[in-house]
Amino acid sequence: MATFLDAGAVGKRPVLRDVQPTSRAAARSKVALSMYTDLPDGEIAIEEFERFAMDRLRVLKGIDDLKVKGFRPDQMQEKVIELYEKHMSASSREERQRKDVVSHFVLRLAYCRTEDLRRWLIAQECDLFRARFREMLPSEQKAFMEANELPFRPLGRPDFEEVREQLAAVAASLGQALASSALRRGDVPHDNYYKVPFEQVPDLVGGRKVYLQAGYAYVSKDQMSSLVVQPFRAALSKALVVTARRWAAVVAPEEADRLTPVVESLSQRYLGPDYSDPEKRGVVGTVSAGDIPRLVRESFPLCMASMYQASWALHDSHHLKHEGRMQFGLFLKGIGLPLEEAIRFWRTEMAPVAPGEKFDKQYLYNVRHNYGKEGNRKDYTPYTCMKIIGSTPGVGQVHGCPYKTFSQESLRAALARLQVAPTKIEEACNKAKAGHFQLACAAAWEGKHGCACDTGINHPNQARACYYAESRRVLDQEQQAAGGQPGGQAGAAAAAAGTGGQPYTPGPQTATRQLQNALGSNGPQPDSAPAKMQRVG
Amino acid sequence: MSGEQAGAGPMATDFNNMGVQDMMKLYYSRLFPHQEMYKWLAYGNDGKHPKSDGTFFQRREFCFTLDGDIFVRYQSFKDGGEMAAALKDRCPSKIDIGPVYNVDPQRRAAYQGSGQGFSPLERELVFDIDLTDYDDVRTCGKEGHICGKCWPLMAAAIKILDAGLRQDFGFQHVFFVYSGRRGVHCWVCDERARKLTDEQRSAIANYFAVYKGQERGVAKLALSLDDHPAIARAYELLREAFEQRILPEQRLLEDEQQAQAVLAYLPNDAIREEVQRRWQHRSGSEERWEALVEAVEEEADALEVQGRKRQGGGDAPRAAGKAMRKALKDIVCAYTYPRLDMEVSKKMNHLLKAPFCVHPKTGKVCVPIDPDHAWEFDPDAVCTVGGLLNQLNSSSGGAVQGEEPWRATDMSQAVDTFRACFLDELQAEVKAGLAEKARQAAAEPTLAW
Ligand code: SF4
Ligand SMILES: [Zn+2]
Repeated sequence: MATFLDAGAVGKRPVLRDVQPTSRAAARSKVALSMYTDLPDGEIAIEEFERFAMDRLRVLKGIDDLKVKGFRPDQMQEKVIELYEKHMSASSREERQRKDVVSHFVLRLAYCRTEDLRRWLIAQECDLFRARFREMLPSEQKAFMEANELPFRPLGRPDFEEVREQLAAVAASLGQALASSALRRGDVPHDNYYKVPFEQVPDLVGGRKVYLQAGYAYVSKDQMSSLVVQPFRAALSKALVVTARRWAAVVAPEEADRLTPVVESLSQRYLGPDYSDPEKRGVVGTVSAGDIPRLVRESFPLCMASMYQASWALHDSHHLKHEGRMQFGLFLKGIGLPLEEAIRFWRTEMAPVAPGEKFDKQYLYNVRHNYGKEGNRKDYTPYTCMKIIGSTPGVGQVHGCPYKTFSQESLRAALARLQVAPTKIEEACNKAKAGHFQLACAAAWEGKHGCACDTGINHPNQARACYYAESRRVLDQEQQAAGGQPGGQAGAAAAAAGTGGQPYTPGPQTATRQLQNALGSNGPQPDSAPAKMQRVG
Repeated sequence: MSGEQAGAGPMATDFNNMGVQDMMKLYYSRLFPHQEMYKWLAYGNDGKHPKSDGTFFQRREFCFTLDGDIFVRYQSFKDGGEMAAALKDRCPSKIDIGPVYNVDPQRRAAYQGSGQGFSPLERELVFDIDLTDYDDVRTCGKEGHICGKCWPLMAAAIKILDAGLRQDFGFQHVFFVYSGRRGVHCWVCDERARKLTDEQRSAIANYFAVYKGQERGVAKLALSLDDHPAIARAYELLREAFEQRILPEQRLLEDEQQAQAVLAYLPNDAIREEVQRRWQHRSGSEERWEALVEAVEEEADALEVQGRKRQGGGDAPRAAGKAMRKALKDIVCAYTYPRLDMEVSKKMNHLLKAPFCVHPKTGKVCVPIDPDHAWEFDPDAVCTVGGLLNQLNSSSGGAVQGEEPWRATDMSQAVDTFRACFLDELQAEVKAGLAEKARQAAAEPTLAW
């Protein structure tokens, strides 16, 4: 597929197209939802280019926020549609469609350049797509599938009868008692189900939400959105890789002074600067091995602090297995511990079990590996909360998110050890119990820093909504207020902050940041908090 | 070649006393089934068939662990001959198998950053199960330990995986290998499996992941009140395994701590007390289990009767009855459901130890396991490199001309299992596939694409 703007489709130059619109394309253009296989027609002014993209970003960011707040995909439907209506509306149906397609293609350009950006875009776009598909009437869904030649055919009666019992069992296992008994009674029409290769519905397979037989998954009509989102995801993921290559090879050099700055700033709008690379953040070298014990006390999230503090965990190579060492090691890298210091740190920590040469043999490789200096030289990025929460430690292992894995008593004890205020310990425990791990973590953060955590926590140490960087930011402010006393606990922030459940009144700094987060203004704001996060360590 | 030299003629050494590493040279020159390994990993692309892909094998990554724990990644070989020569020459203490890349991994540097890039294209779907992950439910030993009493846990895992992979996912070319120490590896080699994306691999791993780690002192299980058909099938098998092998052999209900751990799965204190009351005069694991099952089922029956009597009063008691019965399922699954090392399965480019490797500490050979005889497999009786060399030594007079030397040793059974359970069928399919390709190509008048 010729990528949008391949040879400069913006401005006064015409869009280059290698295919004429076909009748399929005409059919597609009648459906509101798009697989984005067709390039936008006509010309796009650069102002439009940016404005459309910004509006779409607001939607995607909103979706991301919902997830950070703990909404599951099936609980977000209404909110996602609301967001879309709010930001993507236009004067006519055609305009609306054009805005949808143009903004999507622009964001492809802006978010194709790194693995992290691509992953973020794919995740949000898929959620948006799923919600929009679900919102359509059955007849519209059908038209959409036909127009896009999605090869899904309903089950024939004999096939259906053969597996009806099992389909009923699956429905029951999903807690759908009514659907299950309807199936058992024979009250469900056979064409309510589709039979597809299991590869097409990984999410349904992984959640054991479908019946599987001989490589086929039996998908019900209600699960159709999973089916449709799959080709969408695959196509988008492929297109992004292609776009990245073309961007680097063709577009970027040609458009260096016109498009490139716009596109690059777009990708930083919401994610902030490229936090995946500590070097670019300028934090490398700001932390040394000797600082770690203090930082553990002051600013480590519970997942990392408990891995450090349960010293048996670090000291017994068996228990802090590969996963744990990755989780913790990459975190340290992310806060700016350079490789040499990391080696120093691990050598000291492992000395009881792996002195001298033994360390060099067994662990040095791993430490260097985390820094991309061994093996496939991949520069590993620190784990997100999602990833940490998703990993479940086996017996005696200590990685993972403590809000999920600890018993209530151990959680309470661990938070007390971290000197979290008692009311907040209760709040954190309750949130954890209810399954809101990141909210629990934010509560603990608040109980430790004595001020509100208005960003939420979705990463132990990178980007926005990050436990560590937020902590350093607040502590550094305190330090300045207290005249540079290291670790000064008194301070403006604590006084300014509400306690317990009281609403928090944002100070001028956070107000700016909130504004920026809400994207009220687009210009660079060098004094705003996120920019500052880069410098603290 | 020096390896050949050393391997020839009768030897006076008793290999049981020699270090494993010292024996590896002989192992690779006399015992390792080079041919079979190549036949497997070439998937018919051995250059003999016109439709085969001559670059395929060369693009596969091997990783050697050399003496002193040095990893040498991105090794690749033109063909079986080159691979055999490298093994004999370098004697890796471990061979790991990686993915097939888009280009020869040795030449990856030339492609990195180019438009084409360097990326994995395909790789068998693999699983890794290790007894160390069962330490909380093993009474016979911990960590590196393995014995006939804890083996049934591995056998159960093999059964569950084998059934699921074949019946649910439709895979046919599946084999299991003893990992050399305390676990089992599974390789799924169907073309469809090799082409899976990372996301699809994760999905399959999750499909099998009923055991989700430990949480608050008990196993966290992804079980619902009503069973998915795959879970129902697994439970039937596991309940039998639990009652007939694991419970008696692990003596699970005999020590106080273990018994308490089992009771923790029951839904409330009342039933726990009731079970303990019934246990007072019973001490054997089996009779205690019977008592527990009886108590739970009586209670569940009572709740259900209560539910039926109550006119239109909602079905809370019935649900409670169901939950009561589910506790039995929870116990069985917590103690026996396969505990997979998920990370191994999720990524296409995860390395996994090759079959027929020798474990550097135990000297045991990573032999294939016939899933139909998984229960009878004895990890203590697995052939060791020393034992094989001794057999070779005493038989070397009678070796048949032209036959591989390992035919005279127990390696021959291991290779036979590999062929019978896996390789022969794979090869037949690969051949048929290539013939079909050739036929289609002949029938196609033009290149329509
Ligand atoms: S929520 Fe994130 S930062 Fe907090 S403990 Fe869990 S994984 Fe760590
Ligand atoms: Zn044992």
